[in-house]
Amino acid sequence: MRHHLILRVVSKMLIPFILLFGLYVQFHGDFGPGGGFQAGVIFAAAFILYALVFGDDQARKVIPDKALILLVPMGLLIYALTGFAGILLGGKFLDYDVLSSDPTQGQHLGILVIELGVGITVAAVMISIFRAYAGRTKAIDKEDW
Amino acid sequence: MTTSPDMVIIIIDLVLLTLLCLTAFAIMLVRHLFAVVALTGAFSLLSAGLLVTLDAVDVAFTEAAVGAGISTVLMLGTLALTKRREATKPKLSPIGLMIIFLTGATLIYATPDMPKFGAADSPGLMHIVPDYIEGSKNDIAVPNIVTAILASYRGYDTLGEVAVIFTAGMGVIILLGRRREDEYGYSEDNAAFPLHPEGSDNTTGKDKS
Repeated sequence: MRHHLILRVVSKMLIPFILLFGLYVQFHGDFGPGGGFQAGVIFAAAFILYALVFGDDQARKVIPDKALILLVPMGLLIYALTGFAGILLGGKFLDYDVLSSDPTQGQHLGILVIELGVGITVAAVMISIFRAYAGRTKAIDKEDW
Repeated sequence: MTTSPDMVIIIIDLVLLTLLCLTAFAIMLVRHLFAVVALTGAFSLLSAGLLVTLDAVDVAFTEAAVGAGISTVLMLGTLALTKRREATKPKLSPIGLMIIFLTGATLIYATPDMPKFGAADSPGLMHIVPDYIEGSKNDIAVPNIVTAILASYRGYDTLGEVAVIFTAGMGVIILLGRRREDEYGYSEDNAAFPLHPEGSDNTTGKDKS
């Protein structure tokens, strides 16, 4: 999409703000609307926008496939290990009370960590699915738009 | 003329619902799939607007991000692999029409029996919800009760959901994500958008109409 100058300029300006908004939704989810799932999707949307405008190859340089395939299970592992950390510290599975000396602090910590896990897995899966499709598609001709 | 906040919400609801119905009819009638995908995105955005008026901002957020954003892109990606125009014209089936009208009539008939919107004494809110509201205020101390329920009270369910997303992603990666040589002996590793080599343009699946 080399000739779409306006799209290129506008998306270059927008992508940092989309990523910043994704981070806000991720880490502010316990105070406002949002959480790991929404943040992951917003994060993925930024990378998909980048891939759409600057090409799939360019996007694969930003996040290589090998890194992406590691991120997909990493989020789920972070979530599950937080659950087991609760058992190791003397509580039940996914019991965040024991993660910190103060139960409320433990809950905050637990929610923050598992939301991060959700965000990582969702973002990585969304980008992977997009890549699986985009990798099989021929570039769309200018007349076809 | 004075307008109360309730009045404004009713007007917004009416506008959104009218647009939603128009979009749904347009999706049914339009045969060009590119336009249909764009309309489905608009449909999701309008649903997100309706969910905001219902104070379900977390759901609205998800609907806007997933429905209007990601799934539109994925549908366009699918369209690029197939054709952009519906092949067969659908026929009006009297039985189907009757079933739709019957189902719709049943739903409308049942609607007045539902608890009033936002009523505190509706059965769904009596069982365990008061504990959750108290708990997320005192024990978890998180202002967004939705997050407290999803991440803490229903942590098992959310773990299951993440596992579902993980499994879905892995399925797509394993089935479609691998780049390999196709039947033309064409390596996909060195092409940006590969599937078929240049020159065999009658098999590229491109819709010329």
